[in-house]
Amino acid sequence: MKEQTESALIQSEHPESSPPTGFQVIMREFKKDKLAMFSLIALIVVIVGIFIWSLLIDQQQMMRVSLRDKFAEPGDKFLLGADQGGRDILGQLIIGARNSIAIAMAVTLLTGVVGIMIGLTTGYFGGWIDNIFMRIIDFFITIPSLMIIIVFVTIVPKYNIPIFILIVSVFLWPGTARLIRSKALSESRRDYINASKTMGTSDAAIIFKKMMPNLSSILIVELTLNFAGNVGIETGLSYLGFGLPPSTPSLGTLVSYANNPLVLSEKWWIWLPASLLILFLMLGINYVGQAIRRSADAKQRLG
Amino acid sequence: MWKTIIRRILVMIPQLLVLSLLIFIMAKFMPGDPFTGMVTPDTDPARIEELRQQAGFYDPWYQQYATWMMNAVQGDFGKSYTYKVAVADLIGDRALNTLWLSLVSVFLLYLIAIPLGVLAGRYQNTFLDKTVVLYSFISYAIPVFVLALIFLFLFGYKLQWFPTSGTVDIKYENGSLGYIWSKFYHLLLPAITYAVLGTTGVIQYLRTEVIDAKSQDYVRTARSKGIPLNKVYSRHIFRNSLLPIAAFLGFTITGLLGGSIFIETIFGYPGMGQLFIQSISGRDYSVITALVMLYGFLTLLGSLLSDIIMSIVDPRIRID
Repeated sequence: MKEQTESALIQSEHPESSPPTGFQVIMREFKKDKLAMFSLIALIVVIVGIFIWSLLIDQQQMMRVSLRDKFAEPGDKFLLGADQGGRDILGQLIIGARNSIAIAMAVTLLTGVVGIMIGLTTGYFGGWIDNIFMRIIDFFITIPSLMIIIVFVTIVPKYNIPIFILIVSVFLWPGTARLIRSKALSESRRDYINASKTMGTSDAAIIFKKMMPNLSSILIVELTLNFAGNVGIETGLSYLGFGLPPSTPSLGTLVSYANNPLVLSEKWWIWLPASLLILFLMLGINYVGQAIRRSADAKQRLG
Repeated sequence: MWKTIIRRILVMIPQLLVLSLLIFIMAKFMPGDPFTGMVTPDTDPARIEELRQQAGFYDPWYQQYATWMMNAVQGDFGKSYTYKVAVADLIGDRALNTLWLSLVSVFLLYLIAIPLGVLAGRYQNTFLDKTVVLYSFISYAIPVFVLALIFLFLFGYKLQWFPTSGTVDIKYENGSLGYIWSKFYHLLLPAITYAVLGTTGVIQYLRTEVIDAKSQDYVRTARSKGIPLNKVYSRHIFRNSLLPIAAFLGFTITGLLGGSIFIETIFGYPGMGQLFIQSISGRDYSVITALVMLYGFLTLLGSLLSDIIMSIVDPRIRID
């Protein structure tokens, strides 16, 4: 009797007999890869910092044109100088970065939810549902989506930020859906899924309560990498002038001032900080994404 | 083999049709029609109305779509609103520029990527390998327009190694050696930018391929026969790894097309991508529809090319 309680005690004291959860594996990977840990912390600090700082900036005040400060060099009045309209670059950088990051997050979330739902269902059920969706996805992947997004942006009446997010998302969910589908397809052949089916678990419960947790690390990887990609897409479109409405600063708009050869060659403070911030975000998010990807694959793990 | 190719081409047809339908619907939402390009202050509105009638502007949409498709297949996309010339002629010159740029880019891409990929794989986990991996990571993460601007800033304006816009110096006569050199010189910097951005996929693929090949039986056999290591790499492993790389060609073309919008705008290179942005700014809708259709067709062609090369290289994926 005493022995029994003792063994039960020992068991409860040694929980490591259960395999580590996805989160623990990811944490281990980050502890092993110092650069990934550094990227993650730096990213969080920068993103949170940008969001807090942006609250302290009076946007109306900042966007006021003052021609006396046209192309003011970095100095006491403007830490990073001013643009053609004499507007503070640093303020625009912070507000622009906040907008770009927030929009990239919204697009990631929207395409993520749609892509994951469709990917999981088509991969799980297979058959004709899968066939139909695969044709649609194939179509979306082979069209010149960048151009079509630009055309949509120019012909949509009453263009604003939510519509921009929607347009971009329409063309970006298929990539996620295709990847998730292929993973779900191989997962749906596993024994535990078959076992659940024989026990009479409903399809929805199998997909979202059994399959999705097992694919969670892949989903996190996909979302992280998509986030980086979406920062690139939003800033790229804004750079070309087809992203955010002109009154809303974006990192891409700041870089696009460099389309003026004079600004590009002489006034580096206008476009270079925004370019470097984009570069930092892209490198950081991608590096973190790769570290998570490694942790999702037992063969590649460092930790 | 042929079966695969024909099947693949047949799959392309409905994709093209759906794309054309999408573009047609988009075109219907754009203001203006093919005759807006003809309007001058002294055109009689009644005449335009008559032309619209004749061209079937008031026909049901499916009939209009059919006519538009028939014309498009014959290369007739109407007239440019801004330039008052046939869209096909306008695109023709630009397409040639983009083609040259793409050819040089693809050449440079493989010139950079193949040695780097093979060397990184051969000397796995050395300093060289780590540098290559870092390089390919950065070139993967950096957005097109940021890299293009930094290159233009550094090599175009600061170091002045390259011209900063255009396709050719006007001082040269058409056809002379100087003309050709100047043309090549102008597209070199955009092409290098392209190439650097595109190398990631090829380098990573080649690297893993070489690393995998090292432990395979045919390599061990070759080594045990006494073939020198250099020869094993240059003959056996390289040849085996190179074939799948050829399949990247199609995807490379697809990637180039998407990037051309940014690169040509930034480097002031008058190709199709720049024309697209100019047409969008000028609301030149007949040119826009034609360009989107053309890009769509080329993108499909790119993935077709990849699939065909893949089925030649790897017989397992053929359908018999």
